[in-house]
Amino acid sequence: MRRATLAYVLALAALAALTALAFAVGRYPVSLGELATLLAAKLGAAHDTLAPNVESVVMQVRGPRVLAALLVGAALAAAGTAYQGMFRNPLVSPDILGVSTGAALGAVGAIFLSLGVFATQLFAFGGGLAAVGLVYWIGSRMRGHEPMLALVLTGVVIGTLLGSAIALLKYLADPYNQLPAITFWLLGSLSTTAPQDLAVAAPFALAGLAPMLLLRWRMNLLALPDDEARALGVDTRRLRSVVVAAATLMTAAAVAVSGIIGWVGLLIPHAARLVVGPDFGRLLPLSMLIGAAFLLAVDTLCRTIAPIEIPPGVLTALIGTPFFLWLFALSRRGW
Amino acid sequence: MLEVESLAFGFPGRIVGKGVGFSLAAGEVMCVLGPNGGGKTTLFRTLLGLLPPHGGAVRLQGTPLETLTRAEVARRVGYVPQAHAGTFAFTVREMVLMGRTAHLGAFAAPGARDREVAEHAIDSLGIAHLAHQRFTEISGGERQLALVARALAQEPLLMVMDEPTASLDFGNRLRVLERIGELAGRGIAVLFSTHDPDHAFLCAQRALLLADGRALEVGAPREVIRPDTLRRMYGVAVRVIDAGNGLHVCLPEPR
Repeated sequence: MRRATLAYVLALAALAALTALAFAVGRYPVSLGELATLLAAKLGAAHDTLAPNVESVVMQVRGPRVLAALLVGAALAAAGTAYQGMFRNPLVSPDILGVSTGAALGAVGAIFLSLGVFATQLFAFGGGLAAVGLVYWIGSRMRGHEPMLALVLTGVVIGTLLGSAIALLKYLADPYNQLPAITFWLLGSLSTTAPQDLAVAAPFALAGLAPMLLLRWRMNLLALPDDEARALGVDTRRLRSVVVAAATLMTAAAVAVSGIIGWVGLLIPHAARLVVGPDFGRLLPLSMLIGAAFLLAVDTLCRTIAPIEIPPGVLTALIGTPFFLWLFALSRRGW
Repeated sequence: MLEVESLAFGFPGRIVGKGVGFSLAAGEVMCVLGPNGGGKTTLFRTLLGLLPPHGGAVRLQGTPLETLTRAEVARRVGYVPQAHAGTFAFTVREMVLMGRTAHLGAFAAPGARDREVAEHAIDSLGIAHLAHQRFTEISGGERQLALVARALAQEPLLMVMDEPTASLDFGNRLRVLERIGELAGRGIAVLFSTHDPDHAFLCAQRALLLADGRALEVGAPREVIRPDTLRRMYGVAVRVIDAGNGLHVCLPEPR
């Protein structure tokens, strides 16, 4: 437990430092002193003596973006943690049941129909929920198969189908107006996040987080073979449906804000497990802290290291691939 | 404690066995013998309520099994599966604590008393030195003992053990059988399956011979484990030899 406490403290400290850094750096640098003055002013402890554009950069431009990175990173990591435990597989990511592909199809459809930004997010969210709903409905009707395997295979097949639908829409889309928007969305980005996006997405993410926190002990038993978990008193069917619903809500909310950003939900739970072990109650908070810090770091790099913005999904893959291979080589004996 | 009455069992849409009936009292050990595919595991899964019965009745302390919730069954019946390696590196202590789940509310985590019960279960199986080790990294015999400890942490009245001695070395087999005797000594009814008839002689008061899904015989091991019943179950010629001190062993009939 001491090891876990230390890990939480370190992760929190890193998160705080990264947050301050993310507010400070960018095309319009803000010093840490200015940040401190602004914070004190907002808390009513000091008089606001700063130039008005400092406040607008921090509050209007960087604020929503930083919060979005924290929210999306934490949500993806939490959903990945839940799914890796439930599927008894450390290589599973939150989009295994098609939530990202469904969201992508929703968003691409909305862009194709030129429905506007808010509708795109709404369609992404709805598409994600609908895709997982369909996969779960079909998968749980495959009697006589191991239930988890049936779900995963159904997810893969439906995902492929949705992928072809996306490809068709891209093919049919207007190459000058719609196709760049589609590509931009599919690569994922936090650059256009508005405060109201967060206000809409956060409650859904929290609604998904609540059952995971409440059921944190029981989640561990999903890692056992189905018969064993049931013999220990768990209604696995019901618990699994709750976990799928919770993880899907979180992922769909995240994807609606940011588009598809891969690797976070696969890599972060894995890294956190190496530090505190597989117990879900200890793993979930650390996973969320690291996920939030990781995506914030990635997004900050994305907007500062090059004259143009780099899509965060590209950078997570660039960091994620070698890191994952290293983790994989490191942990030979069980996860 | 456990009453089974003309039970028909199997998978949805496929009956594996029928007409099985027996009862088991507190502190009694029953050994289930039978060939591969004879229905032992399916019978156990039905007795644990993991498969719905196709007919007949299973009663725990007089209560029909199907009227009990999963948690209610888990507070009465402990299950020791065949040892597996597991996917995630839970410690032995965490694994044993999972035995407490049925005693906890849906949103609760184990408390001080649950930890005490788990520690006690670990101690009583002599694996305290393994408590902090990873379940994925200990030996097969140690895993089996850890799974027995987990079932013990359920504080059950009946323990169902599916081939607890399979894949164990000679010493670990005897140790597990010894533990079974100790469990019975504490008043727990034990139902276990094995491929070795000698194990029934070593620690069971009763034996159930299961072949083709039917109960060939139920009774004291010395009375029902005979050359003719062994030949019917396994299709081999075997002698049962009195080794003295009330022990019996099965040896192949010389050709």
